Amino acid sequence: MLRLFLAGLAILCACLTANAQEGGLQPILQEHQEIIAKSSRKTIKPAIDAIAASGLPQAQVMLETWAAKNMWMRKSDGQFFAGKKAEGRSYELTDFDTGEVVGTFEKSDLKQMKPNSGIRAMIGTALVQFQLMDPSRAKRSAALRSIQRDPDGALLEPLRASINEEPDVDLKAQKQRLERLLTIGYDEDTAARVAAIEDMSDDLGVDVRAALNPLVVTKRQVAAEVPTDANIATILEPGSDALSEADAYDLLVARDLAAPHVSPEGIRAALSANIDGGRVGGVPVAQLNSDASRAQAYAALAEAGVVPALVTQADVEAALGAHVFFETYVEPSPEVTAAAEKALEQIELKVGLNQTLDLTLDAISLASIYFLAAIGLAITFGVMGVINMAHGEFIMMGAYTGYVVQQFIPDHTLSIIVAIPMAFAVTFAMGVAMERLVIRWLYARPLETLLATFGISIALQQLAKNIFGTQARPLTAPSWLDGAWVLNDVVSISYIRIAIFVLAMIFLGLFLYIMKRTRLGLEMRAVTQNPRMAGSMGINPGRVNMLTFGLGSGIAGIAGVAIGLFAKVTSDLGSDYIVQSFMTVVVGGVGNIWGALAGAGMIGFLQKGIEWMNPSNTLAAQTYMIIFIIIFIQFRPRGIIALKGRAAGD
Amino acid sequence: MSTLLEVSGVSVTFDGFRAINNLSFQIGEAELRAVIGPNGAGKTTFMDIVTGKTRPDEGRVIWGEKSVSLLRMSEAKIAQAGIGRKFQKPTVFEDQTVQENLLMALKNKRGWLGVLYYRPSPGDLEKVEELATEIGLKDELTRKSGELSHGQKQWLEIGMLLAQEPRLLLVDEPAAGMTPQEREHTTDLLVQAAKTRAVVVVEHDMEFVRRLSCKVTVLHEGAVLAEGSLDHVTSNQDVIDVYLGR
Amino acid sequence: MERSFVAKNPSVLVFLAILSLFTLGVTVLSEGFGIGVISTSFVKTLGKTLCLCLIAVAMDLVWGFTGILSLGHFAFFGLGGYMIGMWLMYERTRLIVVESLSQADIPPTSAEVVDAIGTQIFGVVGSSDFPLIWVFSHSLTLQLVLVVLVPGLLALIFGWLAFRSRVTGVYLSILTQAMTLALALYLFQNDSGLRGNNGLSGLQNLPGVSASQDVVSIWFLWASALALGLGYMLAAWIVSGKFGSVIRGIRDNEARVRFLGYSVEVYKLAVFTLTACIAAIAGALYYPQAGIINPEEMAPIASIYLAVWVAIGGRGRLYGAVIGAAFVSLLSTWFTGGQAPDIPLGFYTIKWVDWWQVLLGVSFVLVTLFAPQGIGGLFDLWTNRRHPQRHGANLGPDDGSLREKEATE
Repeated sequence: MLRLFLAGLAILCACLTANAQEGGLQPILQEHQEIIAKSSRKTIKPAIDAIAASGLPQAQVMLETWAAKNMWMRKSDGQFFAGKKAEGRSYELTDFDTGEVVGTFEKSDLKQMKPNSGIRAMIGTALVQFQLMDPSRAKRSAALRSIQRDPDGALLEPLRASINEEPDVDLKAQKQRLERLLTIGYDEDTAARVAAIEDMSDDLGVDVRAALNPLVVTKRQVAAEVPTDANIATILEPGSDALSEADAYDLLVARDLAAPHVSPEGIRAALSANIDGGRVGGVPVAQLNSDASRAQAYAALAEAGVVPALVTQADVEAALGAHVFFETYVEPSPEVTAAAEKALEQIELKVGLNQTLDLTLDAISLASIYFLAAIGLAITFGVMGVINMAHGEFIMMGAYTGYVVQQFIPDHTLSIIVAIPMAFAVTFAMGVAMERLVIRWLYARPLETLLATFGISIALQQLAKNIFGTQARPLTAPSWLDGAWVLNDVVSISYIRIAIFVLAMIFLGLFLYIMKRTRLGLEMRAVTQNPRMAGSMGINPGRVNMLTFGLGSGIAGIAGVAIGLFAKVTSDLGSDYIVQSFMTVVVGGVGNIWGALAGAGMIGFLQKGIEWMNPSNTLAAQTYMIIFIIIFIQFRPRGIIALKGRAAGD
Repeated sequence: MSTLLEVSGVSVTFDGFRAINNLSFQIGEAELRAVIGPNGAGKTTFMDIVTGKTRPDEGRVIWGEKSVSLLRMSEAKIAQAGIGRKFQKPTVFEDQTVQENLLMALKNKRGWLGVLYYRPSPGDLEKVEELATEIGLKDELTRKSGELSHGQKQWLEIGMLLAQEPRLLLVDEPAAGMTPQEREHTTDLLVQAAKTRAVVVVEHDMEFVRRLSCKVTVLHEGAVLAEGSLDHVTSNQDVIDVYLGR
Repeated sequence: MERSFVAKNPSVLVFLAILSLFTLGVTVLSEGFGIGVISTSFVKTLGKTLCLCLIAVAMDLVWGFTGILSLGHFAFFGLGGYMIGMWLMYERTRLIVVESLSQADIPPTSAEVVDAIGTQIFGVVGSSDFPLIWVFSHSLTLQLVLVVLVPGLLALIFGWLAFRSRVTGVYLSILTQAMTLALALYLFQNDSGLRGNNGLSGLQNLPGVSASQDVVSIWFLWASALALGLGYMLAAWIVSGKFGSVIRGIRDNEARVRFLGYSVEVYKLAVFTLTACIAAIAGALYYPQAGIINPEEMAPIASIYLAVWVAIGGRGRLYGAVIGAAFVSLLSTWFTGGQAPDIPLGFYTIKWVDWWQVLLGVSFVLVTLFAPQGIGGLFDLWTNRRHPQRHGANLGPDDGSLREKEATE
């Protein structure tokens, strides 16, 4: 590694020594001794440039020493050295060129160079060219990041020079990419820039767009006639969609090419400044309560020469007619702007496609959240026909269970693994208790079930508030769920959302398995279809109902843990989901798990779609979604996947 | 005898199951007709179609001398046109008195504004009393109908149907769960009613059908299997095979 | 005809008598007109309670009698409040603006006045232009018409959509809840034109009235009592006749009513819309007493509480609804206002501010399970009514039907 570094240095020296000075660094420092000692951001630039341009290998150490405030000036001769604290108040100085210790000096004989943050930033930029060749990969990577953050034409040459020597494949690719971007912005040669633009025109990176966008920035201009030397984007016609007459006139006013309009406030101020014996311009003040009388009074004042005359429509037209309006590119080269426009157009198209993909992923993720929240309901409401308004509170209890478990088990992965069965157990028990104590007595009384479970819901919410307080409690996801799966700069999806999607699919499978393959599922279906018949076949309907309700509640608890991972755990967590959950089940079709899936999918996609059309306003999105659902139910009152005929229990 | 109701070529499918299969049926004015058939023969579905509860997939249902199609009409419109229906389970409004039940059924304006301003006229009250006498509930007028016995509720429901003054009465198993005396009374009511209007009785009980002594239609698998007098259809081999033979 | 109606319904007379006595009593004890035993803020609480009783009557009509468990009537209540609030806010701001502009050298033009009002009202949501929905806000008469018209129209459209597609039972409840949620969420937006979550405020000040709040509060009490009395009479008249028979029939067995030839959807729509209008009038009287209205008030939970009041009071009887609303809302004020004494248990002190909701929730479950007749059922013990012997079965096959335990009238 060291050998490689030395070889790299040798090559760097070979190509840069042309302007390197024989005497080493110290003469350069001495040449700029005064401004270095003064250490002012405004004047320091020549010194740093000279040091960087020297191409001397020791310049890197020197600059780093300087930035770290370890450079000292010997007061006796004004020479600069690297200082290291020795015994007492003395410092050991080392020569930059030779690397030899020159001696130990008292602090009083020395002056410490303390570059301020502005200067340190400039030193940082100068250091970049050295860091790009640094043996440490981390330093090279940091240098690249610093260039990305703060691109500069001066860095183009050192960057290009460092590409061939880059041993790391990954960094090399980054360097090449960065080189292209810098070429677009800063290369002297137009053809090279155009070539670079074309190279990057299929890249989705935000940095590419950031490099291209400044090239197509336009400025609105006005002149007597169209100039021939400017890079003109468009010529604007006043009164068209692109430029209204009012805007065009404002532009003229801004350039002092026309007299400004007098605003209503201006008229008012002028009138009140010219009240003369209860009259303005001959009009009594009391009559000045309409625009017409004010205009009359103002005209009288203007005639008297007290105030400037109002700008009339004819004035405006004349002024507009005497000028041409156009937009020019800030970038002077037409070839570059044309290439940039074309590249941006291509990128836009690709970005659009990828955004659609991203939106689809978002919608799927939202749909799986709704599905997760609704699947318990699909059992209690869909299969049993029991409307449970406290379903949201079961979700909340699941989330709080996760929170409590994390208080005892600090390891996040383990705590989530423990929390899921715990949440199931807690809400299962709660669901069974509720079924036995309340719901059992209200079968076939859905409206009363609704109200009774609502009573339970408000009691549970308040209890949670009393126990856990009103502030949100954290339920932290394990660290391996942090971060996101990034496809490119446009499409990314966080691991938590993927996990929730997977969880939703697992539940779907579990539900199907329980309903179709287990004894409980068979009994469940039997009891819901004909409880009396099921009873006479030796099934205990009470027990089956209890277990079914418990199962639905337990699944809600697990959903609560999942939802708690990305939402704030508060006592109203559940009520945020309850209406959507019911909507999901109703829209999808009651009594059918595929219905819940279809409903969740539809609501998820719909909500994301509306949000995409009106991104600033999620409230409006929800409003429109609910209205859509109300209208949707008109056409499919039984949901997307409807049971037909006699089975629908008409 | 002119045709009051004509059902022709009607079919209904529920989830792939053909409940009614190309059924045709006619009934004239002032005719009593019994419809019999094994379970699942489509008797109730047939009534659902006529009263507008179920829409058929194909076929025509034509009503009255003006030959109106019933397929486009709502249940309420069909009822207003003169078709009354009695359900298998007695369905009276149990929270309301016998008088209120009958008043509600009495032929009058059905629009909500008309009903809002409606106050029973002496003539209406008289009619209600007559009906109550006919169905044997004269002394129960102010009682809540929920307190009545099962048979009394059946009669009340028949009384409500008569109060509607329908031209066609569809009656679903009127004799179910009745004592022999109650059955006899029911038979009389139906026969009496059929003198002035068409009555279709769906029934399982052969003895009851025999007592009605009217034309019988046998349904099987959603289609008409046989039609004629009870003796005629009971001697039909097909009918014996599918129904009586078992 | 009226006489026979009152004669047939003595409970209406009793109710009206109690209501007048109550109003008179409060007036005599008030600060504005009487000896000042009752504070003005409590007079306002009582006045608001009367409005809540009125909407409870509407709720009873739609749920207790027609069987439609609407979870949207508080939305109509709120809309009514917004409609009157728009005029109150506009007119009061106009007076202030005109006052301040008249200090200037030059009298303002009408456009300037409107602009200044707009800036005053909508500055809080970063706008100064009047949205289209405020177009009538300058006129008291038109806004009063809108109080009934806007909620009525909304109920008509929503009801038409819902009823004609035969959505019933809990589905309808959820749908009405969704409607309420949609409306509340819409109003929460700043660009809804009704000041987003700031709502309308300062509604207690009547424009152009110099009387103190002590007096104004009594005026509103009278108005609320009058509205409640009229609303109660209207409701009692509606349910006493054949219309009442039909809607109770719809509640217990919708299909049967349909086969009798009544167009069930039209009846439901009529009741739904009418009760929405009553709710809106109640709201228009309530919010000037509350002083402020914001979308929070219209959240779905408010409508569920309304159902709770009616259920606790006893549904299917009008006085039950009134008793339920008055009892629960006054009790709620007492508990949440911190007036109820804490209960020290040694290891824990029950603070009612924290525990009232739990108590309410639990007692609601208990009422649903064990006393479906609610408080109104107590009157039956007194008048000793008979119960039909039906062994606990429901009175009808429909979701909204009364339970046998409830049916006594």
